[in-house]
Amino acid sequence: MSEQAIKHPGLNLGPAHGKDDEAAGTVMFGFWVFLMSDAILFAMVFATYVTSLHATAGGPGPRDLYDIKSVFIETMLLLASSFTFGMASLALKYKHRKARLIGWMVVTLVLGVAFLGFELHDFSSMFVKGGVPSRSGFLSAFFDLVPLHGLHVTAGGIWLICLVGQIVRYGLDTKTKLGIMRLALFWHFLDIVWIAIFSVVYLAGLT
Amino acid sequence: MSEQAHNMESQTKAAQEERKEFRSYAWGIGLALLLTVVPFGLVQWMAMPRVTLLIIIGAFALVQMLVHFRFFLHIGFRQKREDLQLILFSTVLLIIMVAGTIWIMASLATRMALPGSP
Amino acid sequence: MNIVDPPLGRLQWSSLPFWDMLQHPTKGNIINGLIATGAASLVVIGAIALVVLLTKYKLWRPLWSNWLTSPDHKKIGIMYVVIALVMLARALIEAVLMRGQQAFGLGGGFLSPEHFAQLFSTHGTIMIFFMAMPFLTGVINYVMPMQIGARDVSFPVLNSISLGLTAAGAALVMVSLVIGKFSTGGWFGYPPYTEANFSPGVGPDYWIWALSLAGLGSTLTGINFAVTIYKERAPGMQWMRMPLFTWTALCTAIIMIFAMPPLTVATAQLALDRYLGFHYFTNALGGNMMNFANLFWLFGHPEVYILILPAFGVYSETISTFSGKALFGYRSLVMATMAIALLSFTVWLHHFFTMGQNANINAVFGIASMLIGIPTGVKIYDWMWTMFRGRVRFTVPMVYALGFIVLFVLGGMSGILLANPTIDYQVHNTVFLVAHFHNVAVPGVLFGMLSAYHFWFPKAFGFRLNERWGMISALCWIFGFVGAFFPLYALGIMGLPRRTVAYTEARYVPLEWMAFLGALLILVALLALLWQLWLSIRDRADNRVFVGDPWAGRSLEWANSAPPPEYNFAVIPQIESRDAFTAAKEQGRAYLRPDTYVDIELPKNSAMGPAIAAISFALAFGLVWHIWWLVILCFLAAIASMIIRGFARDTRRIVSAQQVRQEHHRWIDAVDQATAISRADECTSVNVGLARQEADGVVP
Repeated sequence: MSEQAIKHPGLNLGPAHGKDDEAAGTVMFGFWVFLMSDAILFAMVFATYVTSLHATAGGPGPRDLYDIKSVFIETMLLLASSFTFGMASLALKYKHRKARLIGWMVVTLVLGVAFLGFELHDFSSMFVKGGVPSRSGFLSAFFDLVPLHGLHVTAGGIWLICLVGQIVRYGLDTKTKLGIMRLALFWHFLDIVWIAIFSVVYLAGLT
Repeated sequence: MSEQAHNMESQTKAAQEERKEFRSYAWGIGLALLLTVVPFGLVQWMAMPRVTLLIIIGAFALVQMLVHFRFFLHIGFRQKREDLQLILFSTVLLIIMVAGTIWIMASLATRMALPGSP
Repeated sequence: MNIVDPPLGRLQWSSLPFWDMLQHPTKGNIINGLIATGAASLVVIGAIALVVLLTKYKLWRPLWSNWLTSPDHKKIGIMYVVIALVMLARALIEAVLMRGQQAFGLGGGFLSPEHFAQLFSTHGTIMIFFMAMPFLTGVINYVMPMQIGARDVSFPVLNSISLGLTAAGAALVMVSLVIGKFSTGGWFGYPPYTEANFSPGVGPDYWIWALSLAGLGSTLTGINFAVTIYKERAPGMQWMRMPLFTWTALCTAIIMIFAMPPLTVATAQLALDRYLGFHYFTNALGGNMMNFANLFWLFGHPEVYILILPAFGVYSETISTFSGKALFGYRSLVMATMAIALLSFTVWLHHFFTMGQNANINAVFGIASMLIGIPTGVKIYDWMWTMFRGRVRFTVPMVYALGFIVLFVLGGMSGILLANPTIDYQVHNTVFLVAHFHNVAVPGVLFGMLSAYHFWFPKAFGFRLNERWGMISALCWIFGFVGAFFPLYALGIMGLPRRTVAYTEARYVPLEWMAFLGALLILVALLALLWQLWLSIRDRADNRVFVGDPWAGRSLEWANSAPPPEYNFAVIPQIESRDAFTAAKEQGRAYLRPDTYVDIELPKNSAMGPAIAAISFALAFGLVWHIWWLVILCFLAAIASMIIRGFARDTRRIVSAQQVRQEHHRWIDAVDQATAISRADECTSVNVGLARQEADGVVP
């Protein structure tokens, strides 16, 4: 692919997609800008978390609450889902059969749902140990940051289901293609946020 | 050149490109796995001074983010410059905001003997 | 949160503004009750009158299909400005009430402390979020796409949704007049005062959700504007050829994108504290209210540059146009705009110098704050050099610009004083500060927006505004401002704290009265503005400028008819230099009939905007009053509407080449029949919008 052919940053449909690729320029750039705004949102929540680290008010702290095994599994699930979405992007870009695209998307969804399941299980075991958000400033900050990411993943999952619906209903028209590309960005972006979460929240908390 | 031959050629070219991109994703997940497993392993099994460990975790996290940007989001230095500008500008603002916040709040915490003081 | 709240949540009879007065008819209660009830009745009567008029003149359908559902950036822009003007009227009346209270405030006054606190909270919240923001968003929406030669913004339906969110927030603030009471915590709502312990009522909730809606709308608007300027410029419109207003719009959009998230986080966390018992900013269990101050001003300071930059852009356009000269120092103005945009993210701490962090931090942020004076100073000089040796015409937009230059410099100076932490310690929380920020906000932002209103009104509606009453209004604004706020500098140094309902120092009284009279003069200015609008509409037939260029404009928004066709340009212009329209007029290619026309694709109307407005309003109202069934219902409706929109496919429509040709020819015919006028006649009825060509800065 030549340099000129790239209309917008990152993931590309490529010139083989003609007018869909043309249309992608504005939409994808707009979505990148949105992601950057969202990144600032996460950054501020991270800042709150870091400044509240010691505000446990005598309640349970990171060592009492975090479970490294579960977090590792969640990390692997999310990483795998990033890769499977990459495969879906390839299937879209190189015009493979629709079934293959949908297959990879469904695998991604399953991994995402599994991630959410583990995360909810983490939260409930934290609750059992007395780690509820109203217990301390620290726990409030934790339950702002990690569930915010979880909510984003949930939104991504709902979006994914809708996109599969659109593929089935309309086939791969411009709007569906652009939807899949944007969701790909969103999904990879959430994985990057998760890197920050497992490093700053869990690993640093357990050192 | 006949149209059929042209199609054939573009198809092989596309197949080549696809393999290249697949390799990029494979590299991405390989590196990401490595960069994830090492800090987890260190935290779980290695006894180290806390500060060293924190620095390692931070460094691995930063590198892994770059890996994700490069291999999953396909952000590079040779593409259109808009995207890189956007991301770098956002990063600058993000650092200003987060670092400023932590600087201010840490100072307040020490001076007011709040529970947040390090 | 109590899930088993009654079906109407916390709504009760006592939520009505006259309830206290009837239950406990003391003198104070009656006065406050009458004022509150009067305000509430104005809202209710206004709403009823609107409904009646719309029904009587059968305007519901046109309102729906021509305005509310329209994705046209010009109509959306106008609707934003309408919201801004309505809210301006309310917040200004509140300001006059407050100044009146303080004039009588020696040892008492007529307002209760709580009522007074509500007034300054709503005044601030409205002026920032529901007057200044919609006003500038509206003006940018109207003007910017035409300045860059585009047909619309990048995401027209998103634009309509942003408008819907802003409107819902504004409606929420208005409803708080009728049902319940608004926050008493000031426009920045500092906890722990706004926490559930100290403000158990619904006031802070109204504040939280109104801001959240407006903030979300602004984030989306920022994204939309930035992408539009990046991607939709006409061929040849390079960066350094963009009109300065577009540059300021771009910088404002970028600040919106990055500065709104901290506000979202701060209000969301306060909401979690209040609704679910979290501990971000509470006194107990590790909460830290200083986090809120930090987060809020991380948004709050860039916000003031969101407000001022577009105004700078407007002044650049009006000063250049009404001096008949190209802008002096274009490049330095662009650089200064970008410098201000970046610096705006590095100074937030100067809003809380006295919170207790160490002196080094204060020094760093103090110096950063003073640095902003440099690019701003560059701009002031550029504007003055633009006027130098120009033939300055004292039209209404220009009078606002001149008032701005003089007054804003004074306000900026007091800002440099306040940027010094040691001085700030002396005057913080006094009305000196109030005088300072009104001194930059009123002559800066508001005059800028009013200048824009007078400047671009003929473009938007096809007729000029009444010049005489515009001038009266402008002078009343300028002198009213001086009267209302200069005394506050002195009062601040004399030690009057801001937000005091009453005081015991008799020596404050004369200055307080002067400020009150100034405020009354500003009220006259507002009435003159409304009277001017009425007169202008009445006499519109005499002031038509259909040809579209009443002021000898320089940029592309003047290169079409007034009002412009919905697709802006029959043929997308090709840009070869800065001041593109002036260049086109000089080269005689401003009014050509192209050989061929093509079909133009436009977005179809969409009900998304009004739908999101209604849903988000109901959602926020449910949250304020703890009506959980409504909250759940609206939340599901919001998700459903987005999914439905995702499945929509038939979203574009075609304007046929035939129709474009017809409309374009009608306009060019009008141009051919029009007489070009000299600048001396531009405020008379011979001005039909065709300007005689004159060389830069030369007296004709």
